[in-house]
Amino acid sequence: MERRAIEEEINKLQVEKLRIESRIISLQSQLNQNGQQKQLDDKNLSGWKTTSSPPYGDHGLSKELIYRYSRHLLLPDFGIQGQANLLNSSILVVGAGGLGSPVALYLAACGVGRLGIVDNDIVELNNLQRQIIHTEAFIGKHKVESAAAACRAINSTIDVIEHKGALLAVNALDIISKYDVVVDATDNIPTRYMINDGCVLLNKPLVSGAALGLEGQLTIYHYNGGPCYRCLFPTPPPTSACQRCSDSGVLGVVPGIIGCLQALEAIKLASSVGVSLSGRMLLFDALSARIRTVKIRERSLNCDACGENPIFTKKLFRSFDYENFTETPIFDLSCENLMLLSKEARGSSNEYEELLNNGKPHVLLDVRPAHHFQIASLPNSINIPLPNIEKELFTIDSALKEIGQCKETDSLYVICRRGNDSQIAVQILHQNGYSTAKDLIGGLISWANLVNCDFPIY
Amino acid sequence: MMHLTLEFGGGLELLCESVKSHNVDVVLESVGEKEGKLVMRDLLCWVKTNLIKERPEMFLKGETVRPGVLVLINDCDWELCGTLDAVLEEKDEIAFISTLHGG
Repeated sequence: MERRAIEEEINKLQVEKLRIESRIISLQSQLNQNGQQKQLDDKNLSGWKTTSSPPYGDHGLSKELIYRYSRHLLLPDFGIQGQANLLNSSILVVGAGGLGSPVALYLAACGVGRLGIVDNDIVELNNLQRQIIHTEAFIGKHKVESAAAACRAINSTIDVIEHKGALLAVNALDIISKYDVVVDATDNIPTRYMINDGCVLLNKPLVSGAALGLEGQLTIYHYNGGPCYRCLFPTPPPTSACQRCSDSGVLGVVPGIIGCLQALEAIKLASSVGVSLSGRMLLFDALSARIRTVKIRERSLNCDACGENPIFTKKLFRSFDYENFTETPIFDLSCENLMLLSKEARGSSNEYEELLNNGKPHVLLDVRPAHHFQIASLPNSINIPLPNIEKELFTIDSALKEIGQCKETDSLYVICRRGNDSQIAVQILHQNGYSTAKDLIGGLISWANLVNCDFPIY
Repeated sequence: MMHLTLEFGGGLELLCESVKSHNVDVVLESVGEKEGKLVMRDLLCWVKTNLIKERPEMFLKGETVRPGVLVLINDCDWELCGTLDAVLEEKDEIAFISTLHGG
């Protein structure tokens, strides 16, 4: 077997191992939960929903529903009509992650008649910091199952529909057509364009939210003559401008706040109450505690999706390649993909381990941002973040000098998180005369997978 | 000289040393000023020269902002105010917001 193939096999097995471990944790917490559930059943709290009285008004709400939603009914601006509209409506939530969690929880609680949830993902431990609909018991299970179970636990009187699997151009129209309102709670740009085009084709209002880092954005597309996503963004941004939560991080409560606001806007649309955000965009900046609403452009008559001569038909939509259009994959493939360097300028984690064991004098340069370096780093590595390398070559020189080496000797190694930035760093080093600098393939993730499974992955 | 507040958000602040809000004085002579008026086209050049510290291609493409950036003049989409030809006034607040996709 070729070295690379072996490494890939090891990677695969590591993932499998994580999955099995998660499954064990999940089963253990299920054991605990079953105990608690039994106590609840013994108290027989659910008697109220077994009876159903004839309606005392023309709204059709039973005595049980009037009691359940009484705080809504007391609102003069919402009232029995708003609630009746909500109960007769259907809303599709695309994505059961950081945004989708509060959206689905609130929509279930407030009594949307039919609530659909789409997601293809599995619950992982590092989701729970923000995806509050999921619990430890569901690690390793489908997010859709987990989210639906949480919604049903809150409100057993509504219809919760599970759409397990990704929303793709081939199935999107069939799914979207079953709902009145669509909530975009996804995390990637090809899916955002696709949901938009699908909603325009089927004439559904789209409540679109996004969050990253400490900021969030929210608006409603294709409603009441307002613009659609393509009116605002006819050309997709360059791939390098599209940050993901798995790279840039996100404070859990930030998508929580945007998700709550998405739920609110969806409820307003479904119950025909209030003034929607159509034509305006809400911008949230958590660090400065600032929320502002700005006026956005009108619907564009030249828009490919909703303009006067749209290019999209249902047939074209189904075969449209959104990943190619946006040059971005739908699924987050957090693995090495850059191939900048020749074979000779790269080394594997195992080769580096060998070098450590042989006691070969060398300098290990870690080019991650300082706040990454603080999470975990290899012993004796020095941290110079990628953008600073050219300014701080002297630090490398003095580190090499300290161990009796110099620029040209084969003793400088570069590492990063995944093995992309380290290649860029080695290119820079080569240009500056460090002709034998090498990077470590797959970065620290590969180190953790191949050499030291105790090294933390984040 | 014109006093303006410039804001960067949605990740664009990373191009100007992670500072989101800039109170700046733009000297009219220093830009391609026409009849004493400062238009957005001039301001974009000024920002690129004076505030953007790295990866200018993440801010501008050709003479306008790159796809995926919303420009707001006093909380209003610049598409509603003339885009590159929008005339700026003293104490205007201009925001450059990169659209987010995370969730």
